Amino acid sequence: MKTVYLDNNATTQVAPEVVEAMLPFLREHYGNPSSMHAFGGRVEAPVEEARASVAKLIGADQPSEIIFTSCGTEADSTAIWSALNTETDKNHIITTRVEHPAVRSLALHLKRKGYRITELPVDSAGLIDPRDVERAITKKTAIISIMSANNETGVLFPIEEIGRIAAGYGVKLHTDAVQLVGKQPLDVRNLNVNFLALSGHKIHAPKGVGALYVKRGTRFRPFLIGGHQERGRRGGTEAVPNVVALGKAAELALDHVTEERTHVRALRDWLEQGLLEAIPRSQVNGDLLNRLPNTTNVSFEHVEGEAILLMMSDLGIAASSGSACTSGSLEPSHVLRAMGVPYTFAHGSIRFSLSRYNTADEVEYVLEHMPPIIARLREISPFWKD
Amino acid sequence: MAWEYNEKVKDLYRNPKNVGEIEDANAVGEVGSIVCGDALKLSLKVDKDTETITDAKFQTFGCGSAIASSTALTEMVIGKTMDEVAKIKNQDIVDYLGGLPAEKMHCSVMGQEALEAAIADYRGLKVVHEEEDPDTAIVCHCFGVSNKKIEKAILENGLRTLEDITNYTKAGGGCGSCIDEIEQILEETLANQAVAPPAPMPAKPKRLTTLQKIKLIEETIEKEIRPQLIKDGGDLELIDVEGNRVVIEFKGRCLGCQAVTYTLSGVQDKLREMVSPDLEVTVGSD
Repeated sequence: MKTVYLDNNATTQVAPEVVEAMLPFLREHYGNPSSMHAFGGRVEAPVEEARASVAKLIGADQPSEIIFTSCGTEADSTAIWSALNTETDKNHIITTRVEHPAVRSLALHLKRKGYRITELPVDSAGLIDPRDVERAITKKTAIISIMSANNETGVLFPIEEIGRIAAGYGVKLHTDAVQLVGKQPLDVRNLNVNFLALSGHKIHAPKGVGALYVKRGTRFRPFLIGGHQERGRRGGTEAVPNVVALGKAAELALDHVTEERTHVRALRDWLEQGLLEAIPRSQVNGDLLNRLPNTTNVSFEHVEGEAILLMMSDLGIAASSGSACTSGSLEPSHVLRAMGVPYTFAHGSIRFSLSRYNTADEVEYVLEHMPPIIARLREISPFWKD
Repeated sequence: MAWEYNEKVKDLYRNPKNVGEIEDANAVGEVGSIVCGDALKLSLKVDKDTETITDAKFQTFGCGSAIASSTALTEMVIGKTMDEVAKIKNQDIVDYLGGLPAEKMHCSVMGQEALEAAIADYRGLKVVHEEEDPDTAIVCHCFGVSNKKIEKAILENGLRTLEDITNYTKAGGGCGSCIDEIEQILEETLANQAVAPPAPMPAKPKRLTTLQKIKLIEETIEKEIRPQLIKDGGDLELIDVEGNRVVIEFKGRCLGCQAVTYTLSGVQDKLREMVSPDLEVTVGSD
């Protein structure tokens, strides 16, 4: 059975070029870049090339502003802990109700440790009001941590504007840009952010590598304390094959970023329109304009997301859901709840997230099979009345 | 999260049976809500004369295991009497399915609750609303789970941890603010259970043929009753067994004994205990 993979906000296919680029570093070039001998030294240059590629992808002035990490979550933790550890007299963190668990769970953890956390609300379209950020800032605010794009809805946040506000008050700003990087052109020089987190496996690199941008001049404390790697900012031997892979993926992302706005967006829009037209009582969650080009979050009223996913999976279609049963927490998506999406819709939400590898045939296949799945489940549902 | 569903469960959510509503149903049970993320409406057609369920249908809003549990429930009850189905517990549904992932046990509990509600509806019993019961309080406000439901789940399924309770009842699976209270209920329920004397094993209701019944009556009289009477100088003889009516005749000193009525009720108690609770013992010479 064929697989139609529409879950690219969860993880992506590793690009074939990326696999090729990393293979020599799994086979012959297994040296440690910290070694004095020439054999180890041979892997130092590729690591620095990768750093330059990542810097270029996000518009960083200098490659030295990039720290390689093991994942996006480590990059987020590094940024937030660094801010707290450099300004120990401050105890306030501003974030949002719709952050990824990488930030949200850390914020909850810090709250239990005695920090004060402000979780900014979103409106019914999932948007935040930059004025709310300004109102929340106090003299005790150590860091503002707001995602660039929401992983569930694709809704974009006004980081540039928030950056101006934060800079005006001299408060550090971190943005989790894991979902945005590679899907939208990005230039950190315009953003006024101190930190920006990204992840390799969302941009066709393998799992196990991420990066943190730290703006030059930002006071910094390492999260992983150890050796002198990454200029003393992240202990631990560099995962050379993964770092090289991330560098290659960053290069490819830059080459293909316009495709996101043309090819990927066209497929996404076709899929979304097709579903809304074919399936009554369905809706898109999240602002239609301020949104990633690859993501659509569609709710089908009165049916439950896990059941939909299981039936899709039987047909080889991979997506994800904000339903309680799939979140592992028994509660439906905190993002949809923060937006006030009614329970009748929240439990039946499906997120389709595309990539440049998706095709028109695949969208056609999904559009052919989704309406009967929803109709069948509605037939079983006690809440569905024709 | 990808659940490890077995082939039986997969088959039953892919090909659910008995979907829908019975128009002239005389027993309907509805549990759950769309807020909680799962709901089940069970409708039964019960033959009034035999109390046998002739048809069962369901409508379910929920995940794959909720749909599979609902199908299982309807398949299990069709053809059974109301007394028989009253004994079905959530574990029976799990067994029918060949097992459910731990996190999905609450789907089987929802099945049992829908069945209980349908039985109450058939019997015309007013379901006691939990809020009207002074001993009941909602513990988990995210999913509306009461202390009574948690206690019941602990006792019926031998639950030992907070995680078990969440898997079976969903309590504590939302905001988590009730976790301390749930742990306290768990502790108290287990403590009470430990103190309480072991419940006597209820005598298994035996299904006996007439011949078996007569043999068992004879055996009981020979081994359990006559030796005692003979010791007291009396005796008895089994005259006849007609359905549940056992006819005996007293002999020896029992004849004319003032206490013979007490002896008769003693004989009846013994036979009811050992053979069948429905037996009526009479003296043939009466």
